[in-house]
Amino acid sequence: MSRMWAIVERELRRFRRSPILIVVSLIFPLCQLVILGYAFGGNVKHLKLAVVDQDHGLPAVKIRELAEAVAAGARTVDLVDYADQGQAMTDLRNGRVNGVLTIPPEFSRRMLNKNQPTVALIEDNTDTVVAAALAGSLNSLLVAYNEPPTAARVPGKAALEIVEVYPYVPYIQYLLPGSIVMSIFMMVMVGGGIIYIDDKARGLHEGYLVTPITKLELIAGFNVSGTIKAVLAGFAIMLIGSVIAGVPNPFDPLRIVRLAVVIVVTAFALISMMFLIMVRVSDPLLPRAIFGVLNTVLYFPSGAVYPTQGFPGWMQVIATVDPFTYAVHAFKSLLLKNTGFEAITGDLAYLLVFSAVAMTAATMLFKRTL
Amino acid sequence: MTNAIEVRSIVKKFGDFTAVDRVSFTVEKGEIFGLLGPNGAGKSTLIRMLVTLLPPSSGTALVGGFDVVKQSDNVRRSIGVIAQAMTSDLDLSVEENLLIYAKLYGVPRDKRTRLIRELLESVELWQWKDKQVKHLSGGMRRRVEIARGLVHEPRVFFLDEPTTGLDPVSRTAVWEMLQRIKSQRDLTILITTHYMDEADKLCDRIAIIDHGKLVALDSPLTLKASIPSKNVLEASFANPPTDWEGRLKALPFVESVSGEGNVYRLSSSNGPATTLGLMEAAASANVAVQSLSIQSTTLDDVFVHYTGRALRDALQEASATDSPFMLRRG
Repeated sequence: MSRMWAIVERELRRFRRSPILIVVSLIFPLCQLVILGYAFGGNVKHLKLAVVDQDHGLPAVKIRELAEAVAAGARTVDLVDYADQGQAMTDLRNGRVNGVLTIPPEFSRRMLNKNQPTVALIEDNTDTVVAAALAGSLNSLLVAYNEPPTAARVPGKAALEIVEVYPYVPYIQYLLPGSIVMSIFMMVMVGGGIIYIDDKARGLHEGYLVTPITKLELIAGFNVSGTIKAVLAGFAIMLIGSVIAGVPNPFDPLRIVRLAVVIVVTAFALISMMFLIMVRVSDPLLPRAIFGVLNTVLYFPSGAVYPTQGFPGWMQVIATVDPFTYAVHAFKSLLLKNTGFEAITGDLAYLLVFSAVAMTAATMLFKRTL
Repeated sequence: MTNAIEVRSIVKKFGDFTAVDRVSFTVEKGEIFGLLGPNGAGKSTLIRMLVTLLPPSSGTALVGGFDVVKQSDNVRRSIGVIAQAMTSDLDLSVEENLLIYAKLYGVPRDKRTRLIRELLESVELWQWKDKQVKHLSGGMRRRVEIARGLVHEPRVFFLDEPTTGLDPVSRTAVWEMLQRIKSQRDLTILITTHYMDEADKLCDRIAIIDHGKLVALDSPLTLKASIPSKNVLEASFANPPTDWEGRLKALPFVESVSGEGNVYRLSSSNGPATTLGLMEAAASANVAVQSLSIQSTTLDDVFVHYTGRALRDALQEASATDSPFMLRRG
């Protein structure tokens, strides 16, 4: 048994000399606890609700006032007024609003005639949590409108008609965009981060540095190759995942072209981020150690598993800077709503700016000498 | 241009530690120049400055006529480098390793096919060209690197301990290949090694570095002659008289004598003179000399003389740039 203790002693001595490993093994579970603890089940707030009042009668104004009260009180919705129903619908499809509350032209007259007055909620049902929150909020609004409550529904009470603009989205489809981003991230981490540091530690980069290659050629070489690897991973998971999750019409060529653009931009953004993190690192343990932490911090706050509107403030801050958020949003638009580029220009713009900033910083930190 | 390398008062400091301290020397075109020194003496730091991997703290160096700081790109074009770590890509084949570097140096397509074949043939690896480097032995990997380092036809070739960690057969093979390659092309070689016998046989001139300073620089022969001679004579005699040890002690230039049976070891400061005296003394005393060997000064003695320590005693000091994954040889 004494020989066993020699092994134990060696392992413990080594462990004590790897502070990164110790710190990360403590930080990782804490990180998961906090992030996952707030990532699910929060009350979604500040959903953007378009209000199209085509009636302008007194009852319509009352509905509007009640909606404003909800916006000010529970803050479930933020109201955005639209004069044009068509514009509101376009913005709904492009993800600028989460739902459209339409008060139809005949609403006041039907109200007075007690002829089944109805307001419509047209909602983006690709996010079930958001859709349920909107419907719930507006249902209780109408209950309040119809005060005092009566036992039976009579023709004079206003009703809410809910219209879902997309076919039912199963949760597996909802998760797919996050998985595509995750596959890109995995390849960036393994094919970009870990191999990069290992090669550097083995002295392979020293071989490059004594050749006439310029700093920019070297950086571009590392990042273009990393992007290619990550794009291949993302593209494969996008196709396989679409089939597994049952995304309707998964091989629509036009959508595949759009998805490919998002995959390339995402891969480049994540490679840039990785390169910035790793540019001055030489310890091969570090990329392995921070893998899990990065994964948790980037993936869960991105809206990949739960709408960002349900997060506490600090997590919304993470979501705002997290490149995953924009990639996930873009993939959701394309895969679940089959939108065009106009719905994701903001996402692409953020990812490109993020890449430019990260790559510039990394280039400045990169040393052409040892 | 006659000098392939000109080092002028070069200094490298890491914080308070001076790794290379005002070293100056020149290497002539076509020379094989050896850098010797204990581990941690500053050899690798010096080479790294010459191959543009580290900027000097002060002083200058010209390699191939170009300044290592101001014209680093020209320097890089004219040098081949074999680093101390094994830097071949293990997952790539022998030929692929060379091909990538030929492309990094911008060797034109038609030329690179011919050059790669020529080089792999001269390091006797042509038949292994499609093998992944990870399947090759240490000596073969080293030869891959030598071929790789020459793929752009450099004029100056830097090798940092190319034979450390190799078995004697592989070591000899590497050196023979280097000599053959050098005889075929216009090449200057700067090499560091731990093996004194190799340095002695192969280097035209040798610089000894200790604690970052250049302590000696000359041809191996001159260096050996420059230190107080320490020849050891070992002789065995048939029936030596009882006072034989005393008579041997009285021979010219003898410093000490030790005997065991009929065998005596004489330490002399002038081997040839002592040998002559010994033969005369034996003849006049009618003592038959059964065997006689003279061990002359080796580079090891030169090394110990200048550095005050033997190579094998030097403590392995990892340099600041070493990492846990680096395959350090030796």
